Amino acid sequence: MSNSTLAHIPNDMKFEGTETYVATRDLTLAVNAAIALQRPLLIKGEPGTGKTLLAEEVASALGMPLFQWHIKSTTKAQQGLYEYDAVSRLRDSQLGDPRVEDISHYIVHGVLWQAFECDQPSVVLIDEIDKADIEFPNDLLRELDRMEFHCYELHRTIKAKHRPLIIITSNNEKELPDAFLRRCFFHYIKFPDKETMQRIVGVHFPVLKHELLKEALEVFFDLRDVPGLKKKPSTSELIDWLKLLLAEDIPPEALRAKEAKDAIPPLHGALLKNEQDVHLFERLAFMSRRKP
Amino acid sequence: MLVDFFLHLKARQLPVSTNELLALLEALEARLVSGSLDDFYLLSRALLVKDESLYDRFDRAFGEYFRGIEALPGFAPEVPEEWLELAARKHLSEADRLKLQKLSYEKIFEQLKERLAEQKERHSGGSKWIGTAGTSPYGHGGYNPEGVRIGGESVGNRTAIKVWDQREFRNLDDTVDLGVRNIKVALRRLRRFARKGAATELDLDGTIAGTARNGGWLDLHLRPERHNAVKVLLFLDIGGSMDDHIQACEELFSAARAEFKHLEHFYFHNCVYEGVWKDNRRRHGENLSTWDVIHTYGPDYKLVFVGDASMSPYEIARPGGSVEHWNEEAGAVWLERLLATWPHAAWLNPLPEAHWGYTSSIQMIEQLLGKRMFPLTIDGLERAMRSLSK
Repeated sequence: MSNSTLAHIPNDMKFEGTETYVATRDLTLAVNAAIALQRPLLIKGEPGTGKTLLAEEVASALGMPLFQWHIKSTTKAQQGLYEYDAVSRLRDSQLGDPRVEDISHYIVHGVLWQAFECDQPSVVLIDEIDKADIEFPNDLLRELDRMEFHCYELHRTIKAKHRPLIIITSNNEKELPDAFLRRCFFHYIKFPDKETMQRIVGVHFPVLKHELLKEALEVFFDLRDVPGLKKKPSTSELIDWLKLLLAEDIPPEALRAKEAKDAIPPLHGALLKNEQDVHLFERLAFMSRRKP
Repeated sequence: MLVDFFLHLKARQLPVSTNELLALLEALEARLVSGSLDDFYLLSRALLVKDESLYDRFDRAFGEYFRGIEALPGFAPEVPEEWLELAARKHLSEADRLKLQKLSYEKIFEQLKERLAEQKERHSGGSKWIGTAGTSPYGHGGYNPEGVRIGGESVGNRTAIKVWDQREFRNLDDTVDLGVRNIKVALRRLRRFARKGAATELDLDGTIAGTARNGGWLDLHLRPERHNAVKVLLFLDIGGSMDDHIQACEELFSAARAEFKHLEHFYFHNCVYEGVWKDNRRRHGENLSTWDVIHTYGPDYKLVFVGDASMSPYEIARPGGSVEHWNEEAGAVWLERLLATWPHAAWLNPLPEAHWGYTSSIQMIEQLLGKRMFPLTIDGLERAMRSLSK
């Protein structure tokens, strides 16, 4: 599978997390395996656990350019390679533009083409691959395997100068085909435990008061334990919430009041993004208030 | 090298392929990890397992294979299954049964905790330790009037007062492929194509007509793609008497997941009451209010129940009839509510149609649904889909 004639990404390149991104041991190992063996890395995990951020951090840590391809439900695999803009060529021909003679003017390069032609090793992020049609991953098998594709309009095969590191994220909305999974390495970012969470928060807020952090984490993990929430608050929501707490200068005591009459944490809008969730939470809070 | 390990994983039904083994060997050759078993565990997991729902299976298989080499951290202190393997079944006489000391509820749990802490090895027979086929109140396959069942199936005495594993109703696995194709074909009858969403497809006829009208100047017409627009709510009965039909339900679920873009599934037990749940492993923690479900999905959804409808008539007819909790309102009230919300409904029953007449609860439910109960066979599915698309 890996083509030895291609220039390798130097073997001593190792990702160890960055100043702004806490990577656990299992994650760094998976990333480094993907770098060394030049296979795509598939990342899954709850929304907001830093899947997309990972690609940016890996790129910046290794000093490689990052090409991002955000997938939507209408995205086709071909769009990542190139698109032939027949409509503007037709228009140009009707207007008598001389550019019309050269078809290459109307070939729009996709993300993979750009990455393949890049003069240095790069990182390609294929974000939220599960949003696309069920056939989408299958259509990219050969391209990701051989790191080349054929452009029929130009009669030319585009080959990667350097095999890029491909990071794919998925939110598990659709099953990915087996053949595709076989070619990837896989890592599931599990929700961080309290200790890792403290490290993550420490990275974002180096001067956060210890008191406030302790109370905030308590409220946060309690909130995650509430049964039936549609969307549990995740790391990115915690970070946003802490930002707000700091901006509003909320004292730690205000968080501790959760047992007392005011059971809803201040600025909860940053943590609960769903009307039904807020409603459910208010109801639970109301019930706990009624208890003596 | 590592072939034994690879075959062991394969034997534990992890979908690993030769390519992945080669990748693992390549990674080891590239010295990605040093000699630590922890790192090897993480590396092999990233390279061999491609789905987080298989992580647990991999952990177990890995543990089995490397047991004794090094104790792996992070393994929860649970009762190993091998203790509970049914080695032998001890038959007790009636007199023996009476002799068995009846322990009080709290005392049983207290002792269970202590013994879990003390016990280190597999145990079979005997009357004190946790294990199989004994007369101790803990374990399974044996007899004690007030025992706690740990793992395994109850063997017919059916007197366990608390099931240790909280009746771990298996989550329906939708990867089964046997017979799934047939079911898919049957479900396809329910397809209803509609063009919805962004206009991205070139409407060739429209473009030609438009261009001609324009006197030869290009006039592009686009239209949305065709999608299967049918929406389905699937309510699955799970646990208890449905255990016998797990295979059929898995196949149906697997096919339905692939076939319908708008499919929501909920689980219930025997009859629908005020709460349903989405994830079986967490059913005791995360119940959804049935009211919320009723208010969330519009009347264009089609309602499909899957269940054997075999229960005590009280579970349908009376408040408080549920076997699991106190229900304020009778199951029939809830069923009627659901049917009023989604008039397009069908009930699929895995029991053979010929047996329906012998169980009164089946007849009650069939009546509630207005005769729209169908057997869970290819033929029954087709009839159900036809009735749903009317």
